[in-house]
Amino acid sequence: MPRAHLLLTRHSVLPGFNLALGFTLLYLALIVLIPLSAAFLKTATMTAPAFWSAVTSPRVLASYRLTFSASLAAALLNALFGLVVAWVLVRYEFPARRLVDALVDLPFALPTAVAGIALTALYSSHGWLGQWLPFKVSYTPLGVLVALTFIGLPFVVRTVQPVLEDLQQEAEEAAATLGADRWQTFRRVIVPTLMPALLTGFALAFARALGEYGSVIFIAGNMPMVSEITPLLIITKLEQYDYAGATAIATVLLVVAFVLLLAINALQAWTRAGHGP
Amino acid sequence: MSTSAAQALLLPSEAPAHASRRWRRVTGEPAAVKWLLIGVALSFLALFLFLPLAIVFAEAIKKGFDAYVAAISEPDALSAIGLTLLAAGIAVPMNLVFGIAAAWLIAKFEFRGKNVLLTLIDLPFSVSPVISGLIYVLVFGLQGWFGEWLREHDLKVIFAVPAIVLATVFVTFPFVARELIPLMQAQGTEHEEAARVLGAGGWTMFRRVTLPNIKWALLYGVILCNARAMGEFGAVSVVSGHIRGQTNTMPLHIEILYNEYQFAAAFAVASLLALLALVTLVLKYLIEQRVKSQRREAGERSE
Repeated sequence: MPRAHLLLTRHSVLPGFNLALGFTLLYLALIVLIPLSAAFLKTATMTAPAFWSAVTSPRVLASYRLTFSASLAAALLNALFGLVVAWVLVRYEFPARRLVDALVDLPFALPTAVAGIALTALYSSHGWLGQWLPFKVSYTPLGVLVALTFIGLPFVVRTVQPVLEDLQQEAEEAAATLGADRWQTFRRVIVPTLMPALLTGFALAFARALGEYGSVIFIAGNMPMVSEITPLLIITKLEQYDYAGATAIATVLLVVAFVLLLAINALQAWTRAGHGP
Repeated sequence: MSTSAAQALLLPSEAPAHASRRWRRVTGEPAAVKWLLIGVALSFLALFLFLPLAIVFAEAIKKGFDAYVAAISEPDALSAIGLTLLAAGIAVPMNLVFGIAAAWLIAKFEFRGKNVLLTLIDLPFSVSPVISGLIYVLVFGLQGWFGEWLREHDLKVIFAVPAIVLATVFVTFPFVARELIPLMQAQGTEHEEAARVLGAGGWTMFRRVTLPNIKWALLYGVILCNARAMGEFGAVSVVSGHIRGQTNTMPLHIEILYNEYQFAAAFAVASLLALLALVTLVLKYLIEQRVKSQRREAGERSE
C-alpha cells in the first residue's frame, strides 16, 4: 500500500490522491517553502548582537513607526468608510450602483506602480486635489497613508458586504417593534453581527498595508527617518549588498505577517461560526 | 417574509392610512440619512478610487495622441510589454495546474494535515512583495545557495528573465487554488463518484464531469492571477536589475520613465495597465454572476 494512503482519514473511490498530493507538496516546497526558509536560515547565520543592531538601528525603528502607524490609520479609515460603502451598496438603490460596486475591486486589479504615480499626481501640490488642500500630501508621511488607504480599500467592503446581504432583517424589525430607534438597532443589533467580518477586513487591510511597496514609494518622498517605509529599507540594504541586514529586517516583517495570518484565520473561523445558517 | 407581514411592520407617520407613499419601513433610514450616507461613500470612493483612475488617462494623453502612441511603441516600451506578457504567460499556466491539483486534493479527499496545507497555500499573500523577491536573491543570487554553481555553469537567474518569472509565480501562487477550493468543496464528490461507478477513467471523469463544473471559477482565478502577474512591481523590482530593453517589465518601465520626469510617457504605459485592470474588473463582474448562481446550486444540492 502506498505510504500516502496512511494520511487519508476516509476511503475514497476517486483517483489521483497520490498524484495530487505529490505534485501539490513538491510545487509548494519548490516555489514557496524552500525559498522562504532561505530568509530564516540566512538570519540564523547572524550573531544575536548583529541581528539585534540590524533590526533596531534608529533608521529602521523610524521605518517601523511609520509603516505600523500609517498601516493602522489606513486600516481604521477603511474600516469606517468601508462599512459605509458596504452598507450603501447593499441597502440602497442609487444611479450607477452596479458600476460603483464593480469598481470597488480596482485596487486588486490596478498595478501598484500605476496606483502610485496616479495618487502622487493627484495629491501633489499642483494636482487636481493637492492644489485645494492647505497642507502637503505627496512626498510626506500623509502620502503613505493615502497610498495604503487605496490598496486596503476593497478588503473591508468585500468582507462586510456578504454578511450584510445575509443579515436577517427580522432581527431589525423585532428591535423596532420593541421600541428601539434606528440608531439603537444599528448599534445593538447590526454592529455586533457585523463585528467579526469588520475585524477580519480591518486585519486583512492592515496586513496588506504592512508589506506594501509599489504604491507607496512614488508618493512617500522616501526621506530617511521621516517618510521611509520598512519594505523600502530592505531594498536599500540589498542595493548596498548588505544581504544579512536586509534579511534580518525581512524576518521581522515575516514574523509579524505570519502572526497576523494566524489571527485572520481565527477571525474568519469566528465569522463563519457567528453567522451560520 | 410574506407581504402582509411586511405591511404590518410599516409604521404610519402623521399621514392617514391611504397616503401609503409617506409610510416608511421600520428597517429603513430617513431619506436625508440615506442620501448623506450615499454621499459620504461616493466622496470617499471618488477621492481614493475614481479620481486616481481618471488621472491616469488624463495625464497619458496630455501631450497629445502622437506622443501617446510614440511612448507605447518605442523599443524599450515594446520590450517591456513583451517581457510582461512572457512572465504572465508562464506564471499563469503554472499556477493554473497547481490550483487544480491542490483543489482536487483538498476538496475531494479527507486527510490529515489539510488545514496546515490550506494555510501554507495562502502564505504568499501575506508576504511583502519585496520579501518575495528577496528570498529568490538568497537562493539564486551571487552570495546565495546556488550562486557559485550557477556562475560556474554560466547560468543567470537573478537580474535575468528566470527570476522575474519565479517572482511572478510566487506572488500569484494562491489565486487559482483559492477560487477553486471553496467551490469544489461545496460541489462534493457525488458527480465524480457516479462517473467512476459508470466506468469512466480518471482523465475522462475530470474532463467530462469536473472541468465543466468548475470552468467559471477557474476562469475567474486565471483572470485575477493574470492581472496580478502583469502588474507585479515590488517582487520583480528586487530581482530584475532594471536592465533597459532586457529585464524591464511594464511596471518597472513606468518607474524608470517617471523617475526621468517623462511623466506623459510613464502615464501612457500606465494607461495600458489601467485598461487591463478595467477589462479584468468587467470580466470578473460577469463571471461572478455565474459563479454565484453555480455556488447557490451546489449549496442547494449539498443541503
